[in-house]
Amino acid sequence: MFHIPIPRGNSMELKRPRTVAAALAGLGLAVTLTGCGGGSIQNATSESDTKCDDDLNVAINPWVGYEADAHVLGYVAENRLGCKVNYKDLDEQVSWKGFGSGEVDVVVENWGHPELQKKYMADQGGDGSAVDFGSTGNEGVIGWYVPPWMAEKYPDITDWKNLNKYASLFKTTESGDKGTLYDGDPGFVTNDEALVSNLKLDYKVVYAGSETALIEAFRDAEKNKKPMLGYFYEPQWFLSEVPLVKVDLPEYKDGCDADAAKVACDYPVYDLNKVVSKEFADSKSPAVDLVKNFTWTNEDQNLVAKYIAEDQMDPDEAAKKWVDDNQDKVDAWLKD
Amino acid sequence: MSTSTLERPAAGGGTHRDPELSGSPALATLRRHWRAASLLGVLVVWVVAWAIFKDQYTLVIGGSARTPVFDWLGDRSAWVEQAASNGSNPFINLAGAIADLVDSVFGWLQSLFTVAHFPRPLPQIGWLGTIAVAALVAYAAAGWRTLALVVPCFLAFGVLGYWNDAVDLLIVTFFAVVVSCLVGIAIGVLMAHSRRVSAFVTPILDVMQTMPPFVYLLPMSILFGIGPAAAVMMTLIYAAPPVIRITAHGIRSVSGPVIEATDSLGQTGLQRLWNVELPMAKRTIIAGINQTMMAALSMATIAAYIDSPGLGQPVLDGLKRGQLGTSFVAGIAIVIMAVMLDRSMTAAGFRAELAARAGERGGPFRRVGLAVATVGTLVALYLSHNYIWANEFPAQPDLGTPLRNAVDRFGEWLRTDLSHLTDGIQRGFTDYGLNPIQSLFADSPWFVTAAAILAIAAVVGGRRAAVATVLCLGMILGLGLWNHAMETLTACIVATVAVVVLAVVLGVLMGRSNRVDVGLRPILDMGQTLPPFVYLVPILILFGPNRFTAMLAGVVYAAPVAIKLVADGIRAVSPNTIEAAEMAGSSTWQMITKVQLPMARSSVLLATNQGLLYVLSMVVIGGMAGAGALGFDVVTGFRQSSAVGRGLAAGITIVLIGIMLDRITTYGAQRASATSPDSRA
Amino acid sequence: MTIRTTDTQSPDIPGAPDAAAGSQPALKVEGLWKIFGAKADKIIGSGDAELSRTDLQAKTGCVAAVKDISFEVQPGEVFVIMGLSGSGKSTLVRLLNRLIEPTDGSVVINGEEITSVSSGKLRDMRRRHMAMVFQHFGLLPHRKVIDNVAYGLEVRGESKAERRRRAQEMVDLVGLSGYENSFPDQLSGGMQQRVGLARALAVDPQVLFFDEPFSALDPLIRRDMQDEIVRLHHEVGKTMVFITHDLQEAIKLGDRILIMRDGEMVQCGTAAEIVAHPADDYVRDFVSEVPKGHVLTLRYVMQPVRPSDSLEGPAMDPDTVVWKAARAALASAHPVRVVENGELIGIVDDEAILRVVVAEEEPGTETGE
Repeated sequence: MFHIPIPRGNSMELKRPRTVAAALAGLGLAVTLTGCGGGSIQNATSESDTKCDDDLNVAINPWVGYEADAHVLGYVAENRLGCKVNYKDLDEQVSWKGFGSGEVDVVVENWGHPELQKKYMADQGGDGSAVDFGSTGNEGVIGWYVPPWMAEKYPDITDWKNLNKYASLFKTTESGDKGTLYDGDPGFVTNDEALVSNLKLDYKVVYAGSETALIEAFRDAEKNKKPMLGYFYEPQWFLSEVPLVKVDLPEYKDGCDADAAKVACDYPVYDLNKVVSKEFADSKSPAVDLVKNFTWTNEDQNLVAKYIAEDQMDPDEAAKKWVDDNQDKVDAWLKD
Repeated sequence: MSTSTLERPAAGGGTHRDPELSGSPALATLRRHWRAASLLGVLVVWVVAWAIFKDQYTLVIGGSARTPVFDWLGDRSAWVEQAASNGSNPFINLAGAIADLVDSVFGWLQSLFTVAHFPRPLPQIGWLGTIAVAALVAYAAAGWRTLALVVPCFLAFGVLGYWNDAVDLLIVTFFAVVVSCLVGIAIGVLMAHSRRVSAFVTPILDVMQTMPPFVYLLPMSILFGIGPAAAVMMTLIYAAPPVIRITAHGIRSVSGPVIEATDSLGQTGLQRLWNVELPMAKRTIIAGINQTMMAALSMATIAAYIDSPGLGQPVLDGLKRGQLGTSFVAGIAIVIMAVMLDRSMTAAGFRAELAARAGERGGPFRRVGLAVATVGTLVALYLSHNYIWANEFPAQPDLGTPLRNAVDRFGEWLRTDLSHLTDGIQRGFTDYGLNPIQSLFADSPWFVTAAAILAIAAVVGGRRAAVATVLCLGMILGLGLWNHAMETLTACIVATVAVVVLAVVLGVLMGRSNRVDVGLRPILDMGQTLPPFVYLVPILILFGPNRFTAMLAGVVYAAPVAIKLVADGIRAVSPNTIEAAEMAGSSTWQMITKVQLPMARSSVLLATNQGLLYVLSMVVIGGMAGAGALGFDVVTGFRQSSAVGRGLAAGITIVLIGIMLDRITTYGAQRASATSPDSRA
Repeated sequence: MTIRTTDTQSPDIPGAPDAAAGSQPALKVEGLWKIFGAKADKIIGSGDAELSRTDLQAKTGCVAAVKDISFEVQPGEVFVIMGLSGSGKSTLVRLLNRLIEPTDGSVVINGEEITSVSSGKLRDMRRRHMAMVFQHFGLLPHRKVIDNVAYGLEVRGESKAERRRRAQEMVDLVGLSGYENSFPDQLSGGMQQRVGLARALAVDPQVLFFDEPFSALDPLIRRDMQDEIVRLHHEVGKTMVFITHDLQEAIKLGDRILIMRDGEMVQCGTAAEIVAHPADDYVRDFVSEVPKGHVLTLRYVMQPVRPSDSLEGPAMDPDTVVWKAARAALASAHPVRVVENGELIGIVDDEAILRVVVAEEEPGTETGE
């Protein structure tokens, strides 16, 4: 085994390297001595409410909807099951790598990622460290969006066939004579370059480079009535701030995206799912069932995401608020 | 005029002067201008070739295209991953062992200061104890002035609402800096003493400093796992070069006579190192440690991509949630930490010397002070360990929230009232400045651009620069991202020109006026330490996602260093020279253009070189703001497993561009200073 | 020319190397070479070694800093090596303690062949048998005066108490009492060089090397320091090898002087001998400014006794400096008789004295016929 999991809790004391302990002896001594005095910080006395033997390690992939899922799940695990939850801010790729080393137990919102499945899921020919744990109930939609003012002013713009007609509107300094199609975060699946050429659109794909950049651009476009066409996805909290309108691409049919270079159809609707490590799936942790049972709707996620992003609530507070308001849903997850 | 000159044929094209006499100034003029003339020539040929062959052989490749080179690089990465997961490679297992050690020590420190471990509901030492310990250390190492700086800074972390994140970042930084310095000073000493070691290590340092951290985020997380160990290692790689280089420089520049004099007394090599070289290079080494510390802090945000604890996390949170204020407040906390560490380190460096000079006088007072402080610290530790109020940082007063809101309102104001005004600037600059230059670089056939760059390198930097350029361009070509490389190169060059202009204008102002210096320096300090992600968002709001935004961010990042270098250079011009020039009746303009700038020439050249490298290091972040090209490729490689090879190729290409530009400017500067007395004569 | 002829007539010189050949010298240098450049060691023995410095550089790219120098220094002697900058004198003194590795030749100090000892042995010799004072002092800026003085003792491992005691003695000896706890940058140049001197003396070496120790000092302080050296030499009686570009200094301090040019020895002898018989135009140019009355002894101005000469005048030793003999000689109506070991070896008349004291500017007159 490559990574020995970091010892936690009480065992920590034993693992402390001698030299460091010696170097900090004075400090340590002071702490130990003062520790005998007692005071208003009381140690937790009973472990009976802890059904979890191990910590639950939840990867946090970098978008707010994901955070909403993760923190609601984590909040329930912590408060209803007594598990200790560690959140780890990681990218998808790194998260999946973490399954094998025991550093990540759960990825709560997975967008397809066939290449990662191939690498880590046994049934896809991978090393078997990752296990599909079922749908989150969320439907992932990827597509091209325009700000609402444009959909209102140019109603027929939402059909891809009319995009060439409006190409000149979308001209920017980055696209020369063509219209600009903004693509976002480099982590997201995109066929846009192929789509543009296969649909013979008079556009150039420009990489805004990050979700932040894309959101700021859409904000600006709506606020200052600037034309903009860009890659976006749902569920996404930003849609509750600016309800972007999706452009219809040629309908998705099974297998139409099989050859990435020849794609000429819309993105499929993703059934967002949970992925866990094999080690976690086989464990006796009560959180296993919780993760397996966890499902909710796009509206639920958008609400929690809005609490976090727009209302600037702490993710845990946001989760608590939603859990308190939706006890019945939570109870359903905990039923065996 | 003698008759003999009249009788001669009109050798000088009709001039009647003696060709012996007229030839030499004409030749001198020619020699003085031949470089400019040949550059102009290269440019003309290039533009003509561009006009004829535009858009042919430009080596454009698609966003998701794969090449054998990318696949090969991707396979190497997969191989490392494979080796890491089955534990077959001893080196990788060693990395794992190091990671476990770092993680466990780190975990222990966290349990002391920031993280509760069951059954204790709070960490062992809370805020009061931490501040007391920090204050004691500051007082003991650097005196009460530093104590008076450190305590408010720590309080600020808490009041801004990032107590735990700040202390976590301190731990990571402390770790990385201590290891960097232990290893780095040792390597620096070896480099100073051995040319061979120096020749071997220098290119490695070049690569370490120009390789975008995003490229090794993934390998680091494979080798050292997710969490503090990988973060410390990453920070180490990025932060160690300054202390290594500056230590080597410091030891090399220890006065020769002193070395000789002490050698003549029969000291051993170790005695020389310990008693002479290290003490005499101490100030320089401390400056190096400071640079390393700043570099370590600047990695905080990027390390947060692989879950490094610390202030980088709230910066990224703010970014991902579209909360300008959150990023900004966390960024300010990083700036405060940078200022605190910088000033205390410098003060600690000077204290030992001052104390020795003060002799016995300060003794008893200081001893009493230390005793009192130690007792106070113990009491604070006791309280902090036992009482909640002294352990958990109080929620009030809260400066973070109002500051956050204010910044958010500012962002809103930018969006509504300013955004449409700025479009014109962006459009004008891109259409008339950037696009034509980029077209020249990227839309010419690759061999035309390559030949032009090579010709320019040869004219500016001579043979050595030309050799370096051939090697770098060849490898860039081989890596398969030629077109993106040219786009990135264009952006870098244009941004660097802007940086140099800014540096000269503001540097001269600062160098000439103390008041301007005092006013600007804190802003520059802040610009240098504020994570670029923080000001990236306001620039994005103003100018949208495009190359202009990315370049602007690069300029903001690189300008402070360059400005400071020029200002220091202007300041260093000898007062005697200034006096003499004043006596000769120079006007202010003449003083600047004929005395101060020419004499600060080496500083301006250094500022150009540093400006280039700093701009280059922003390429990746620029890729996240719409610049596309290599920066975007690197981030994609980190984010998508199918693009790992492409990301690596892009990262290496950036390194090659960096090395190429560095060599051209360095050799060019050497040639310029070598020939300058000649042209003045 | 006249010079040549007088040269051949030069009397035997006391103190010349061969004259002292009985006792063991404190320092013995033989055929010492230093050539800087690639493959420098291949040059010695080949015909190239005979080339002039410029020709050698043009041909091989190597620079011969020191060419085939030999001399001996007797215990207790002050031996001055003099030359203009670039003459190789500073390189030469560094070859003597191997701060610079010689290309060829031998240096023997205290019976040890410095040029071939192991680095450990060399270190040991530097710690105990020799020390050096440098032009730019070479003090450690981060150490107090007392710790600078004690540094040589520290590196050879003396106890703290012992080296404190010894260092304090040396500080007192060089007249810096009260400045023990100052830092070098708080002292004037002259005082800093006293620290350098004390540091060198602290290790109680048999041989002291001085590399232009006073050339960075003001003239008045320089004179004080020269007097200081004279005093110290008187008190501690060390063998000293002193490098300078200042002939006045060389004459004032040196028992014997070696003059170098372009790495080669031009002349070696006592001050009087050099002034009286410059080996060539280079040396003559050097000595032209020297007040000869202060340097020349009667030996160099006396004339053979002729039968017509009066023998009534005062008797004087041949080593009496002309300037000191002048008053008595001029007061007497008869020429001075120069007597060595009870034997009359020559006479000096008023004209000879006046020629040295008054008309010394005219070249060649002092010994000319």
